[in-house]
Amino acid sequence: MRSIAKKSAIVGMGVSDFSKDSGRTELRMTCDCIKAALDEVGLVPPDIDGIVKHADDGTDEHAITSAMGMGNLTYFGECRWDGSACGMVQRAAIGVATGMANYVVVYRAENGASGSRMGTSSRNMAQLATGDLLQWTYHAPFGLTSEAGRVAMTVRRYMHGHGVDSDLFGWVTTVCREHGARNPNGLLYERPATMEEYLQSKVLVDPIRVLDCYQAADSCVAMIVTTAEKAERLKQQPAYILGGVQTILAETEEKNGFYGPEVGGLPEIGRMGERLFAMAGVGPKDISVAQLDDSYAPLVPMQLEELGFCGRGKGASFCEGGDRIRVGGELPLNTSGGSLGEGFIYGMNHVAEAVRQIRGTSTAQVKDAKLALVATGAGGPASGLILGGSR
Amino acid sequence: MVMEYIPGIPLLRPKVDLDNEGFWNGVKEHKLVFQKCKDCGLLVHRPRPMCPRCLSTEKEWAPSEGVGEVYAKVNFVYAKAAYPGIKVPYAVVVVQMVEGVRIVSNMYDVKPDDIYIGMPVEVVFDDIADDLTLPKFKKRLV
Repeated sequence: MRSIAKKSAIVGMGVSDFSKDSGRTELRMTCDCIKAALDEVGLVPPDIDGIVKHADDGTDEHAITSAMGMGNLTYFGECRWDGSACGMVQRAAIGVATGMANYVVVYRAENGASGSRMGTSSRNMAQLATGDLLQWTYHAPFGLTSEAGRVAMTVRRYMHGHGVDSDLFGWVTTVCREHGARNPNGLLYERPATMEEYLQSKVLVDPIRVLDCYQAADSCVAMIVTTAEKAERLKQQPAYILGGVQTILAETEEKNGFYGPEVGGLPEIGRMGERLFAMAGVGPKDISVAQLDDSYAPLVPMQLEELGFCGRGKGASFCEGGDRIRVGGELPLNTSGGSLGEGFIYGMNHVAEAVRQIRGTSTAQVKDAKLALVATGAGGPASGLILGGSR
Repeated sequence: MVMEYIPGIPLLRPKVDLDNEGFWNGVKEHKLVFQKCKDCGLLVHRPRPMCPRCLSTEKEWAPSEGVGEVYAKVNFVYAKAAYPGIKVPYAVVVVQMVEGVRIVSNMYDVKPDDIYIGMPVEVVFDDIADDLTLPKFKKRLV
């Protein structure tokens, strides 16, 4: 298989603030962020010839091209599923590595706090159950409707299989909030959370507590991907794409894992990780900092196991006390705060933070960060990236 | 019956199509059946157009023994994170059938807190509306 490893880089980036009310349309946020990304590297809209967007994103390629005077688009397409952040970057990398495009924009925008969210009303759910996703047919009639509920099922089985105490998941939340509290751009700047607050937070869907869940936000992230050669001539330190992988397995569903050989793991993340490390030619011990899917805190220790950062069933104890996973520890995680401490934008902020770590500009910077791993889509279609400061 | 459906809020219905109607027609007649490949014998749930092992489209709807055990469970305890048409608290379970397949369902006669992983169960049929029956489970005495 021909690899795209080391042939492309993320060069420019625009990240909105994370708020409960952006006061802007999603399209406006997208254009603002693309403009910031262009300015950062010294490009202009006609340089952009590719866009990779998310299928659920309310903005359209042609709305962006007409808003920004981009007249040269020849490479465009969509990725779907919540775990597509890294996958979208991978598509962009494929575009530039194969010569189909020169500069590809990848973005995700959502007024996820102030706008209407899919699946929150009973009418929406009834429509979903009878229409959109076939997987709902076997679950929704039994009341298994919320994402937290579907994740809780996998987490319950994980706890049962390994004798894990759910209180330990609180270390993920407290460390993400600690990192988020250092990030002035995040939703929870200067607002850390204690273990006591975690333990006292309301149980939503047992065993998932409120403080296990991502922070809904209005936000946008846009980035520009180009070839490694072009990246070297631009203004910013390139974050080279050393590996980019997507994974769906035979029994994968969106944030469901009830039918595979063993419920209670994240097999898509496991498979993705194997291929990602092989593509990048590195192993777990080489990773300086990781940005993992923390849409629900218990998914983090499970990913640590699947990615080989610790043994089976050891993820929660790896996180215990927080010292291993905070800045200064052996594997600092989610240094911008992630979905729990910065805000939720489907893992695109995790990719952005990996770029910052490679540039050395994070508000929770890891010393000499050489390789940053990103994983998105725990519990469903998964994708991952390894970024590095050199090829 | 442990689960209480709230009047006036739509019941969530399955999307029945040509690939899965055998399963749902069986349920309507109070029979639990699973898709079985006529060529290689593989049993699967959920229903699908062909056998994922040998790709045969020749399938039958094999009657299940209807017994298994609870494999995983969640308790919906907070209304805003649950379906508004079902009164909280309610539990959803994954049942591992003796035939080896797994199915998402509810317990018919057991309170959420009393359900445990490994609990022996057997199928019952809950006619929750004139035109909607769901396969659920009750505690099996062993």
